[in-house]
Amino acid sequence: MTEAAARPIETAAEGPDRAPSPVAGRGRRRLTDQLRAYAFLLGGLLCFALFSWYPAIRAVVIAFQKYTPGSAPEWVGTANFTRVLHDPEFGAAWRNTLLFTLFALLIGFAVPFVLALVLNELRHAKAFFRVVVYLPVMIPPVVSALLWKWFYDPGAGLANEALRLLHLPTSNWTNGADTALVSLVLVATWANMGGTVLIYLAALQGIPGELYEAAELDGAGLLQRIRHVTIPQTRFVVLMLMLLQIIATMQVFTEPFVITGGGPENATVTILYLIYKYAFLYNDFGGACALSVMLLVLLSAFSALYLRLTRTAGEDS
Amino acid sequence: MSSTRTLVSPLTLSRPRGKAVYWTVFTGIVLLFALAFLFPVYWMVTGAMKSPDEVAGTPPTLVPHHWHLGGYTDAWDLMDLPTHLWNTVVQAAGAWLLQLVFCTAAAYSLSKLKPVLGRVVLGGILATLMVPAQALVVPKYLTVADLPLIHTSLLNDPLGIWLPAVANAFNLYLLKRFFDQIPRDVLEAAEIDGAGRLRTLWSIVLPMSRPVLGVVSIFALVAVWQDFLWPLMVFSDTDKQPISVALVQLSQNIPLTVLIASMVIASIPMVLMFLVFQRHIIAGISAGSTKG
Repeated sequence: MTEAAARPIETAAEGPDRAPSPVAGRGRRRLTDQLRAYAFLLGGLLCFALFSWYPAIRAVVIAFQKYTPGSAPEWVGTANFTRVLHDPEFGAAWRNTLLFTLFALLIGFAVPFVLALVLNELRHAKAFFRVVVYLPVMIPPVVSALLWKWFYDPGAGLANEALRLLHLPTSNWTNGADTALVSLVLVATWANMGGTVLIYLAALQGIPGELYEAAELDGAGLLQRIRHVTIPQTRFVVLMLMLLQIIATMQVFTEPFVITGGGPENATVTILYLIYKYAFLYNDFGGACALSVMLLVLLSAFSALYLRLTRTAGEDS
Repeated sequence: MSSTRTLVSPLTLSRPRGKAVYWTVFTGIVLLFALAFLFPVYWMVTGAMKSPDEVAGTPPTLVPHHWHLGGYTDAWDLMDLPTHLWNTVVQAAGAWLLQLVFCTAAAYSLSKLKPVLGRVVLGGILATLMVPAQALVVPKYLTVADLPLIHTSLLNDPLGIWLPAVANAFNLYLLKRFFDQIPRDVLEAAEIDGAGRLRTLWSIVLPMSRPVLGVVSIFALVAVWQDFLWPLMVFSDTDKQPISVALVQLSQNIPLTVLIASMVIASIPMVLMFLVFQRHIIAGISAGSTKG
């Protein structure tokens, strides 16, 4: 209805547009156009301002404050940072987060690539494989975590049963300080591999067949074709996914929270888990924000690199 | 498409040795997929139907001795699943709806109405893509707990899920890029016919955007249904928690079979949605990546 009401003004403004003195009319038209444009933008803009921009600024501010909800914040300089840095869990959390990311890259990177490579060669039941590999991604992460917690169970768990069946030594899985982190990486890899495999498959399908043909005529064997055709041709996608995976795995929370609770002996406390602990167990929001800022700075560097790469790729195509 | 040449040439595959290797690999992959991806699901579904003794006993049994449906009915009642499922549905549906309304309007404005400072706004929105979401949950929580200026708390309120969900730069950018491709002539023709901005959006732009709206809808629904950390922070009130949070909070104190049954029930909506829309979901993931 507002549209109908606004229209006469619009058409009225069109007249003076061609008249000798257009400035006033055009100005009014521009203004109504602008108001309308911002009316459409308003809801989204408010949400971004409140829940993205404002928290980002606030994280930095609170990192330098003593902050407890309900009482006035107090400037404390870099005290939050020094306190957090001296927390014995701080080193463990960073070490675990970086190790988690490293293991996730080693396992969660090679396995999907090889899987996609093999799947792409199959001539039958391709649709079936695509659906099945993506199935775990659709299972809620909390359910996957609880499911694997049950698999890892020292008593009735399936993981040790499978090892026994193969006459291999059993493992402590999430109960051993040295195996817990890798056990969590296995869960995360299982749960998230589907997306990676599908993206690799799409990239592999984009490789021109003539390249393989030419390589084969030149006498290149299977491994040489992978090395000289497949890998260079998918290099960009591999790099993209590697950056995305680093960003995602450094924010890991659900698996350690649900499966191990950070234990045993802090072996699976991650940075995000520590942030959560500072805020909701210690009620120390200054410390939580100091940690958030550290994570933010590191991850934004990877994000910036990622966006830069995708943008140059967008300009190429 | 199927005839395009891949790593292994069709000629190699047609030879007897190639055929043998192919079928060996094929069988291996089928077994691997069944074991790695289908078996855990089977194990969950049947585990809930075992007796409490059987599910905890060693060695594990492949098929339940007796099929009990009690696990599922107990889960439904003991875990108060109807409440938590309904909470999840309300949270996901609201986040989806608000995201569609506000992100579409904002994307339309940025793409077609060209507001002054539009480029700055778009830059600000895209910049949030660089900020990892989880690293900001604590200040976001403080904002939701005490909104600036109006000093209201959205904790234990679905709005605490809905409104932050609107600030989704990825979906907004997806919509904006799609709207950019709609030629100006089409919209100008509508305007000459007397359609206002809202009318043009509703009757011209949206019907043309069905594919991208579908993708955004799926992303929005899946994101809320799968999220854990944010609803864990927002809902301390047990009655308002979505199923993901309730599962973890209640997992300690209930029998294993009941927990497993709840896990299965919690997975059904997303798995069903995936099976119905799998073509679109898989195409979306594959296309999104290669186009950058």
